[in-house]
Amino acid sequence: MRHPRIGVVTFPGSLDDGDAARAVRLAGAEPVRLWHGDHGLRQVDAVILPGGFSYGDYLRCGAIARFAPVMESIIGAAKAGLPVLGICNGFQILCEAHLLPGALTRNQHLHFRNRDQRLTIGGTGTAWTNAFGEGQEVVIPIKSGEGRYVADQRTLDELEATGRVVARYAGGNPNGSLRDIAGVANEAGNVVGLMPHPEHAVDPLTGPSQDGLVFFASVLKWLSAGAAGGPAGASESISAGAPESVPAAADAQEAVGEEQADREEVATL
Amino acid sequence: MARVVVDVMLKPEILDPQGQAVADALPRLGVAGVSSVRIGRRIEIDFTGEPDLDKVREVADKLLANPVIEEFTLNVPGDQGGRPAAAGTTEAPEDGA
Repeated sequence: MRHPRIGVVTFPGSLDDGDAARAVRLAGAEPVRLWHGDHGLRQVDAVILPGGFSYGDYLRCGAIARFAPVMESIIGAAKAGLPVLGICNGFQILCEAHLLPGALTRNQHLHFRNRDQRLTIGGTGTAWTNAFGEGQEVVIPIKSGEGRYVADQRTLDELEATGRVVARYAGGNPNGSLRDIAGVANEAGNVVGLMPHPEHAVDPLTGPSQDGLVFFASVLKWLSAGAAGGPAGASESISAGAPESVPAAADAQEAVGEEQADREEVATL
Repeated sequence: MARVVVDVMLKPEILDPQGQAVADALPRLGVAGVSSVRIGRRIEIDFTGEPDLDKVREVADKLLANPVIEEFTLNVPGDQGGRPAAAGTTEAPEDGA
């Protein structure tokens, strides 16, 4: 069986694309580096939008990245069921692209927060959280200055009622996020945004835990269940589009040599 | 050359911690009697010919402002008064600023 291919997008100003690709590899999948100027998705089975400061955070975080050529493909594929995980700046991009509701605003206290953060996992019916137990506590680093999640009351109520709040801050809210929200999912459960950085919690040598790996294990479980005829962990509140319907075939014309070079690059991470 | 000015402000119900920080600093300058400071963004767009206000409104709505948390107004300097252009309608977030 071939390893699932998980794309990691690099925007100008991305910082955590290398760590995200490494986390994908540690989780047992093949990382595929995608460039913001690409028009296709190189037949990946899922996509990660990494943390950082895409386009210098000019205008608003994620506001310009949303219009990158690669985002056009990602928005279309996400609507068709492609699993997409946005981490930190990636979460901001997904909100700006309206793939997720709400917005991320300046931390209430105006300080950048960089610490190992306790989280409570909820909403385990999504592509990126289905390998967790409901209510499981994890420790994942957070590092952001604009991580305060806001949405109108009706949206917040709906997110909670449908199990789409995938993670909440525990042991203190680091940024004033409404209802302690650290991550949310879209209605289908294939698109998830997280403020904390699971890719920094995959190796005991460099992270506070290996809890982050479970997000990546989740998507592998979701993809293999999709291949077997139905998405994994689809709960009543989250009806998922079948992952095998992902329209990545359009990118079949990609240059093989380029792909080879990309693999070599990834291998050095 | 014709200029269109887009003013972007956080919606009144969205917390503006930057504005609060500025407000808190004012007493140190000896300024009293200020009840609130809100910080926004002014964007000046210069056209080579006649500006297409509908296009500017679209740009403001899609890129310059995030209608989830911000609202904007268009102004053509020299024109009398502003041209309010309401952003998308969204319900009030639950936190009072």
